[in-house]
Amino acid sequence: MSAEQLIFYALGALALGSAIAMGLLVRSLAASALCLATTMLSLAGIYVLLEAHLVAAVQGMIYAGAIPLLLLSVILVGGLRDGTFGPPRPRQANRGVLVATAAVLLFGLVLSQLPSFAPFAPAPAGFGGFGQLGMLLLREFSVPLVLVGSLLLAAVVGAAVFAKGGAVE
Amino acid sequence: MIPVEHVIALSAALFTIGAITALMRRHLIAILMAIQLMLGAVCLAFVGFNRMWAASVESGALLDGQIFALMVIAAAAAQVAVALGIGTEFVRKRGSANVDDAASMRW
Repeated sequence: MSAEQLIFYALGALALGSAIAMGLLVRSLAASALCLATTMLSLAGIYVLLEAHLVAAVQGMIYAGAIPLLLLSVILVGGLRDGTFGPPRPRQANRGVLVATAAVLLFGLVLSQLPSFAPFAPAPAGFGGFGQLGMLLLREFSVPLVLVGSLLLAAVVGAAVFAKGGAVE
Repeated sequence: MIPVEHVIALSAALFTIGAITALMRRHLIAILMAIQLMLGAVCLAFVGFNRMWAASVESGALLDGQIFALMVIAAAAAQVAVALGIGTEFVRKRGSANVDDAASMRW
């Protein structure tokens, strides 16, 4: 078992553990948001192992940075505290953990029966790096890039309308 | 050296945990976080399969999976922004973030 595999299993276990903790175990919403950040950060580490460096950086910045930040600011400041309705009751949470564990084991069983794929061939130089992905984004994928920009603009305008106090009459 | 089936197994497990959380929790933000977890699991599957096909294209690199993962991350960010706006409006109007209170289609 190489060092790469060991790191992958460690990060995978961290991701699974914090995912279960986020959904079913922690007692407060802010702790759930932090567990989500931990899961996403360990996924970013796995992306680095899978030669997806730009995606790992973007995942770390947005999924493990901006989104938990937004969630935490709204949870702690913006009035979405779990005051009236909080985390699941212990019996429900245990049932959820049981179902999650059973599903994970079932998936493991099914996937272990598949024929193994060939191990990864060595990736070409610069694979997944900023240069190659940047060139692709600006050449072949320029239309999706612009569309994503418009999507983000629409989302910002929509969020600003909601912050103003609801739909304009 | 990482077996791709292990990557996909991890992605499937994370997706399942996200789905169970989204179905079990009754708080708006908890469901939103579970949806983000599901999207993250899907990104992992994309990147894992993209690594599998890394060296099998003669001309240049096949990076479609990573591009798609970038688009998913951007769409998820937009989704969180709008959903939090809707959530705060929801709580303002109803006084609780329990989705069971959203039983009617009008304010």
